[in-house]
Amino acid sequence: MEKDNITPLANFKDEVLEIYPKKVGKKRAKSIVYTDPESIPEIQANVRTIPGIITQRGCTYAGCKGVVLGPTRDIVNITHGPIGCAFYSWLTRRNQTRVDDYNTNYIPYAFSTDMQDSNIVFGGEEKLKEAIREAYELFHPRAIAIFSTCPVGLIGDDVHRVARHMMEELGGDVNIFGFSCEGYRGVSQSAGHHIANNQLFKHLIGRDDTVKGSLKYRINVLGEYNIGGDAFAIETLLEKCGIELVATFSGNSSLDQFQTAHTADLNLVMCHRSINYVAEMLETAFGIPWMKANFIGAEATAKTLRKVGKYFQEQELIDRIEEVIEEEMKLVREAADQALMKTKGKTAMLFVGGSRAHHYQELFTELGMTTLAAGYEFGHRDDYEGRVVIPNIVIDADSRNIEQITITKDETRYNPRKTEEELKALEAEGLEFNGYEGMMAEMQKGTLVIDDLSHYEMEKLIEQFHPDVFCAGIKEKFCVQKMGIPLKQLHNYDYGGPYAAFEGAINFYRDIEQIACCTIWKEIKAPWEKEKVVEANYAYYDV
Amino acid sequence: MQTSTIKKPTYVSSRNACKLCAPLGASLVFKGIEGCIPMIHGSQGCATYIRRYMISHYKEPMDIASSNFSEESTIYGGNRNFVQSIDNIRKQYSPKVMGIASTCLSETIGEDIPALIAEYKDKNQDDTDLPLFVHAATPSYQGTHMDGFHEAVLGAVKSLAEEGEKEMRINLFSGFISPADIRGLKEMMKDFGVKYTLFPDYSESLDNPCWKDYHLIPEGGTPIEEIRAMGKAAGTIEFGTVLNKGSLVGRILNKNGCVSAGEWLQNNFFIENHNMIMPVGIEATDRFMMTMESLTGTKMPEKYILQRGRLVDAYIDSHKYVFGKKAMVYGEEDLVIALCSFLAEIGITPAIIASGGESGILKKELISRSLIDPEKTMIMAGADFESMREMAQEIRPDILIGNSKGYYIARELGVPLVRVGFPVHDRVGGPRIKHLCYEGTQELFDRIVNALLEYKQEHSPVGYKYM
Repeated sequence: MEKDNITPLANFKDEVLEIYPKKVGKKRAKSIVYTDPESIPEIQANVRTIPGIITQRGCTYAGCKGVVLGPTRDIVNITHGPIGCAFYSWLTRRNQTRVDDYNTNYIPYAFSTDMQDSNIVFGGEEKLKEAIREAYELFHPRAIAIFSTCPVGLIGDDVHRVARHMMEELGGDVNIFGFSCEGYRGVSQSAGHHIANNQLFKHLIGRDDTVKGSLKYRINVLGEYNIGGDAFAIETLLEKCGIELVATFSGNSSLDQFQTAHTADLNLVMCHRSINYVAEMLETAFGIPWMKANFIGAEATAKTLRKVGKYFQEQELIDRIEEVIEEEMKLVREAADQALMKTKGKTAMLFVGGSRAHHYQELFTELGMTTLAAGYEFGHRDDYEGRVVIPNIVIDADSRNIEQITITKDETRYNPRKTEEELKALEAEGLEFNGYEGMMAEMQKGTLVIDDLSHYEMEKLIEQFHPDVFCAGIKEKFCVQKMGIPLKQLHNYDYGGPYAAFEGAINFYRDIEQIACCTIWKEIKAPWEKEKVVEANYAYYDV
Repeated sequence: MQTSTIKKPTYVSSRNACKLCAPLGASLVFKGIEGCIPMIHGSQGCATYIRRYMISHYKEPMDIASSNFSEESTIYGGNRNFVQSIDNIRKQYSPKVMGIASTCLSETIGEDIPALIAEYKDKNQDDTDLPLFVHAATPSYQGTHMDGFHEAVLGAVKSLAEEGEKEMRINLFSGFISPADIRGLKEMMKDFGVKYTLFPDYSESLDNPCWKDYHLIPEGGTPIEEIRAMGKAAGTIEFGTVLNKGSLVGRILNKNGCVSAGEWLQNNFFIENHNMIMPVGIEATDRFMMTMESLTGTKMPEKYILQRGRLVDAYIDSHKYVFGKKAMVYGEEDLVIALCSFLAEIGITPAIIASGGESGILKKELISRSLIDPEKTMIMAGADFESMREMAQEIRPDILIGNSKGYYIARELGVPLVRVGFPVHDRVGGPRIKHLCYEGTQELFDRIVNALLEYKQEHSPVGYKYM
């Protein structure tokens, strides 16, 4: 019989909550649940981290500038604020990009208005204007984006007004737009994603009707940020199947991709949390349906490809997809068999992101490993419980802070890619449109789900359950490894990747086999510290 | 023809900054106090960014709490967040000290941290386990991470040091140096057989061995008793001559930081302050050693005489590889001053000296100490990497000496980069890089020589194996 890893988790919640002051414990209790796929429990998510609880979360600016807009190569990003924010978001995510024919790549630059005392007192708009002029003079970019940091909102600088003003001043060939993504604005990065989505739609999407690319089946991949080359792997795979990737939001992306995204016929949503707003807007305005997809895990990748085949309803595409799957799966199975010898029966915990903690469970399943606990850093209830709960989500002050934009059908370009009847027929065949079931539906009964895991809770989890691999980010990495447990960074993949698509799955199998079965951990205890047996041996030899 | 005129930034915006923000410097200092948890009073993003950035260099656990401002606290003040945050940290971590740094957010809305601390203490009077509080005002629109660093050093000394009967004890404010350098200095103090307080000591807390049991707060840090005892010392040695003096000039208006911690002890407790440049190179280390000798009345131990001898020998042997080379040196002002002093000894011309710091005294320090030849040097104060890059394309240095952030310039020029200072996050071992005293200089010197040799070898038409 398989080892039961799940039952011992049952007491964790009560034990870990004990340490907190009563009120805090009561609040944290709502964010810690045991899953049951039969009857999905309600979890508290996307609420403010309690002050003094050390969190994994970042700020609104990080989500907007760092995550969503960061990977685009040909928009000059200017951070309006004191120096720290620009410095810390200067090429710190490992999103890769391919430089295009124009050789434009602004990702390695960190522009900042470097606000000083006097700018805080007298306002920083003039300095921002000057910074925009400088950026324009230097690069003559086609677009400049301005990102607000905490003090900007406080002193009342209007980045949007400055953007309009500078567009007039510099003439028509540069698109300038601002983001009100001050760090204090939302609960986490998630607020920044939403703000970024809104502005992407208002200022970039749909500005160019040129149909680019030669392949017949045209899709966008949303919520894929090309960490470690994931977007490259997906692009290669899609191309192999004869599918045109019109735009990726926003790994390896460019202005042109955003501007022509509305010429695609289907949107695949990877990271639901960070990009579902754009998916919905594209559907409402242009009639492009979206499906939740996942290229993390070989099985999941195959499933996603088949969904695309079914959507386009063309036998030629369906056949090609099956051919590709068969070819790729041969290599995948070989790699999995190799890894499984060592990884089968081991355990994992995943606390990361707004989708990765869900997606990567696929890969661990393929490795024969049990996920003991998982949770998001900045997910919302719908990412856990599925989109069906959206109408019941309480809108709090933090959510109200974020602009809600109303989208209507584009008068001339709205073109439903599928009729109501066609969609219904496809749904009957098992496709799901504009929906997401969430993480918990796919988790084993009794598994722990914790939202916004605190540093303290993490330490307790490790101490009690010693998972074989813990997945999180760099802030957690060295704490966990000090406790003798390997940590796999799922924000930036340590040094590795890609982990998406079939080739990515193979990479992941190898990497996990290496780190979960590495022998260094036994060295933490030196030989002379291990048991008294050693002394006994000496005594024996003495005789 | 080059001149020594300070190159003023020609751009209003910063393009690839060569400085970090003040709360990062303060957090680093708090990590150097035993049993201390740093807390950043402001948005949670500040703590997260600073944690992840310091981790990229130190590769160690980095628990920094945040009082986690929301829009509401931004409007009505962060009092409640402050109290709640401290209560929660105490419950989870039971720290002996809380190190509190402000941010641009809390400073802009005018949060009065000393008052908040006083209020907290007042409300919890009966609590016997109350931690000690240390704070630093660190709005990031004033100065750089170094201003935050020295502000926190001063803050800790002000709130903890106690006056007492003088004893044979030395205070050492070693500045922003690597954990390996701190370990070297501690060993030296031990070798001199003198009681001392080195502050801040993050040699262990930011460069730990693997643990058998997890520690909520990493071991190490200057013990509180030792910080208290700073008021009883016979003398203070303070590395760095710029320190927080930038507060008096230029665009930085932070009047709190008018004195350094060493000066404060001198003014208040009459402890003689020996201020000197960081001991990189022979001359600067000699000065440090002689001060140690005169303060302790102990001769420099034999070990250091030998180290010095070997260093002189190495200088002589390898001079042929380095003399006449042009370097671009960049980083914190006190670091580049120390590096220039060392480079002058080995015959490398610091053709470009650049810092993101804007104390306004960098040039004066370099010239008055005769560390550079003004005819051959371009000094760039308040510089960012793009202006350095533009200057480097004109001057074409043979080697870059500085942190990882200048790598792209070295790559473009096709010249070697010798990594020093912070951050070093494109190589492992950043915390283990030695820069100071005879031994640290030896390592640095060898790395510079070898980088130049490697360059020569790789660019030679024949793969010479014997240089």
